Amino acid sequence: MQLLQLLISGIAQGCIYGLIALGFVLIYKATETVSFAQGDLMMVGAFAGLGAMTWLGFPFWVSVPAAIVAMGVFGVLLERLVIRPILGQPAFSIVMLTIGVGYVLRGLITMIPDVGTDTHTMPVPYAGQVLQMGSLVVAAEQLVVIAFTTVLCLGLFAMFKYSKLGIAMQASSQNQLAAYYMGIPVQSLNGLVWGLAAGVAAVAGLLLAPITFVHANMGFIGLKAFPAAVVGGFGSLPGAIVGGLVIGIVESLSGFYLPEGFKDIAPYIVVLLMLVLKPNGLFGEKLRKKV
Amino acid sequence: MRFIFKTQYNQDITLAKHGGHVFWYSLLALFLIAAPWVVAEYWLAQLTFVLIYAVVGLGLMLLAGFTGLFSMGHAAFLGVGAYTEAVMVNAGVPFPLALICAGLFSAIAGVVVGLPALRVKGIYLGMATLSFGFIVEEGIARWEHMTGGNAGLSVNPPAMLGWTLDSTEEFYFLCLVVAVGATLAILNLLRSSTGRAFVAIRDSEISAQSMGIHLARYKTLSFALSAALAGIGGALYAHKIQFLSPDQFNIIQSIDLLLMVVIGGLGSVHGAFLGAIFLIVMPQLIAMGKDFLPAAIGGATGLQGTVYGIVLIAFVLFEPLGLYGRWLKVRTWFQLFPFYRRGMFKRQKSFQKSDRLK
Repeated sequence: MQLLQLLISGIAQGCIYGLIALGFVLIYKATETVSFAQGDLMMVGAFAGLGAMTWLGFPFWVSVPAAIVAMGVFGVLLERLVIRPILGQPAFSIVMLTIGVGYVLRGLITMIPDVGTDTHTMPVPYAGQVLQMGSLVVAAEQLVVIAFTTVLCLGLFAMFKYSKLGIAMQASSQNQLAAYYMGIPVQSLNGLVWGLAAGVAAVAGLLLAPITFVHANMGFIGLKAFPAAVVGGFGSLPGAIVGGLVIGIVESLSGFYLPEGFKDIAPYIVVLLMLVLKPNGLFGEKLRKKV
Repeated sequence: MRFIFKTQYNQDITLAKHGGHVFWYSLLALFLIAAPWVVAEYWLAQLTFVLIYAVVGLGLMLLAGFTGLFSMGHAAFLGVGAYTEAVMVNAGVPFPLALICAGLFSAIAGVVVGLPALRVKGIYLGMATLSFGFIVEEGIARWEHMTGGNAGLSVNPPAMLGWTLDSTEEFYFLCLVVAVGATLAILNLLRSSTGRAFVAIRDSEISAQSMGIHLARYKTLSFALSAALAGIGGALYAHKIQFLSPDQFNIIQSIDLLLMVVIGGLGSVHGAFLGAIFLIVMPQLIAMGKDFLPAAIGGATGLQGTVYGIVLIAFVLFEPLGLYGRWLKVRTWFQLFPFYRRGMFKRQKSFQKSDRLK
């Protein structure tokens, strides 16, 4: 029973990692760049939701979609203003660029007077409720995280499989040049992918907010989503979610069964093992370069 | 424009290419030697920090700028060196010995990290080093009877055979000697076949391999040397800061180190020094600029992070060669006046290059 309890909390945490990792993978597949700003986009998303709820006074059901859409638009703008001018430069430049974006976002949020430096609770309707099943106690927050992630994943899956937009995104992620020749507007698609990734990050932030509170440094959780993306294989969307779940469960179990201190580094030990044993990840594609 | 008339083959590999080099670097050396007498004590301490960070930056520059391997956990090597030095000096070991051990232990750690680096590339290498950084930080925090854990560890001043370097000036000269030594070592390394092998690996692994360069050996060597320099820098850092705690060697420090080499200019030895100057002077400039800003902005805690981020973005977008690249452009402009063209330093875009297929 205890194991089940740990598993559920691990899965809930893993869903968050998975959602952030999903953002990495979306961007990586589309533009071959790794965004280190994903965790900070998540933080801004949580603040956007909080702002809509507390300062603008919107009800919960309006402010959540509003925050997600706002972050999506922000993602598109970010791609247009900062990322696009540098596409085609070495991958590392873009990594540094996104680190810079992360710094700016975190700094700007901290600079908001009386808000940025504090820790806030998100007033969600399901806060503090628990569900009792026998001796199993599950917090409503965790159930919402799991349910919402499942729905979002199904939605994304359907989009990539059936919609014209999703298929175009797949095509451009496989080969940008070929996709361009087929008449796919690769550049605007890249913008949309950034928007999508920012939107997913906002979802992760809003889901995480009731569990950990909203503060300017909550974006550092993004650093644990990297192992998730690597474990799943950096180029695979289902892999990101599975990797997130693996990391979440490992973290939750090691926090209970292993000595203190292992909880924080367990994800990194897993990722090092993964890199040594199977560098392409669980779902990674195996590709070789022809000379 | 200066044309160097070569009359000897040795001129190709001399460190000072022409009289200008000799003149300006001698002037710099004179200033650095005279600094304790002409510079205020506060700025001397800052100069010491610049030298320490430059040593670490040289290490990271060798790895990132010349071998093309990016480490996102370099603070871990800094930490290994710092704690080795602290523990050994506190135990009464003469400090040159401790300094060598600090470099050596860091180098061993570097080899350990370098091993997975042989199999993984690009962003995966970043992940591996990032993970290593977290593990070392946590390890330092948990190994309490050796490192003092989160409570911290205070460091004695460097001492040897009854002679203690406890004044700012003495320690400054120690850092100066180490920094100059490290610079000369790196410059010598870069003009040897080993250094050329590093650069070849950076430019193209496949071509390097087909020219007979043993990738595994040179990548591990690069990691080891880079980590050793970071460890030596860490040892000096330990003495300078006099109090160590694990959170000084976290991911933020690693990113600061990367920021240093990127802003200084990847692939140039000057870049390590310019980056170190930037890293040390920037907070001072921000502190000075605060007075001119409205209180709501100037007093905010996030100001420094925001400015760092904006500067980083601006450099990556507009000056990818860093501060040293900017200097090169200015110098070329003056040398070629009035024939400088805008496109002279333009980088070629490489849309075809796919990281996934490497």
